[in-house]
Amino acid sequence: MSKQETRSPLPGIFYRKATPDSPPYKNDGDAVAAGDTIGLIEVMKSFHEVKAEVSGSAIRFVVDNEDAVMAGDVLAEIEG
Amino acid sequence: MAVKVIKPGLATSVQDLGRPGYFHLGIPIGGAMDRLALRAANLLVGNDEGAAALEAVFVGPELEFTADTVIAVTGADMPLKIDGEEQPGWTTLAVKRGQVLSFGFLKSGARIYIAFAGGVDVPVALGSRSTYVIGALGGFNGRPLAAGDELPIGNGGPARVGRSVPQALRRTPGRPAELRVLPGLYWHRIREESQASFFDDGWKVAPEADRMGYRFRGGRPLSFVEREQPFGAGSDPSNIVDSCYPYGSIQVPGGTEPIILHRDAVSGGGYFMIGTVISADMDLIGQMQPNTPTGFVKVTMDEALKARADRARLLDDVRSAVD
Repeated sequence: MSKQETRSPLPGIFYRKATPDSPPYKNDGDAVAAGDTIGLIEVMKSFHEVKAEVSGSAIRFVVDNEDAVMAGDVLAEIEG
Repeated sequence: MAVKVIKPGLATSVQDLGRPGYFHLGIPIGGAMDRLALRAANLLVGNDEGAAALEAVFVGPELEFTADTVIAVTGADMPLKIDGEEQPGWTTLAVKRGQVLSFGFLKSGARIYIAFAGGVDVPVALGSRSTYVIGALGGFNGRPLAAGDELPIGNGGPARVGRSVPQALRRTPGRPAELRVLPGLYWHRIREESQASFFDDGWKVAPEADRMGYRFRGGRPLSFVEREQPFGAGSDPSNIVDSCYPYGSIQVPGGTEPIILHRDAVSGGGYFMIGTVISADMDLIGQMQPNTPTGFVKVTMDEALKARADRARLLDDVRSAVD
């Protein structure tokens, strides 16, 4: 099984949901397709979608909702 | 010659040293958030220090060159690549027609400056080529760059490839970042314990921080000296009768989250200001990422003036180093 890391392109705050009341974009163990949104980064008063670069059978998040992240931090791992 | 924008980055804009002289009319001074880095990039490519360059925040753009030219990238530590091959920052680099400049993940700092020999040749608006996005003024059509834009570049003179600014002359904020502050006209509005806690407490850059202002969180709220609010001031104790807001001034709406006004700030309003960040430290703010731990250090006017003189000497050293 190959593992791909999805990294944050930006520093900011990571959110796993589109709004506080929405379900998370993805739960641990969900399958993902390349281009799926897996979370948001908030910085400079705007929100930027983070998309999966690869498809995989299961995603596992390594950063919690509302955690502060730096550019290049691994947000999630996707198993091929 | 032109530069084609393949990917624009997050908010990449044309900036020079700004448009002082219109702040009293509500037009911000604008210009590079880290002016030392902009000047250094221009010097490296043989431009006037105040020529227009690109400022990119957090994410670098991807650019293609339509002619051979000379470039330099300064500011934040973000790996830069020409046709995929990593190249040094703070160094004069030759690029060939058709080559592509791209960037890796930001490592430290916040903003890079990309200078081109000849400078970015967009029209001058109110004395400057700087982009003021909220006012749709200056820069490339008054906005950040978008994919597909073709950015006009002026004609450059000769520049010696391979020159670089020594590491010792590059400036980045420490961790924690320290910003020196001169208490201001409204210092008497807060209680003694808050005059102390503001400087004693640890703060962090909030994610909202941008070219208008840098917001901070984490320190104790300020408590105000009680008074009957004067005519014209709002009802919150952090309100004052409207006043001018200097570049670098720190307002604390509601006494909770300090905001340092930066290059694209509003010029006046009704919030009290605890003081002003000294001019020598304003460039550092431009290199601070969200969540950067920050402390404020109280200084006197004499210390501020000495810091300004030190900063002027640093710029002279940069000029000599790339001469």
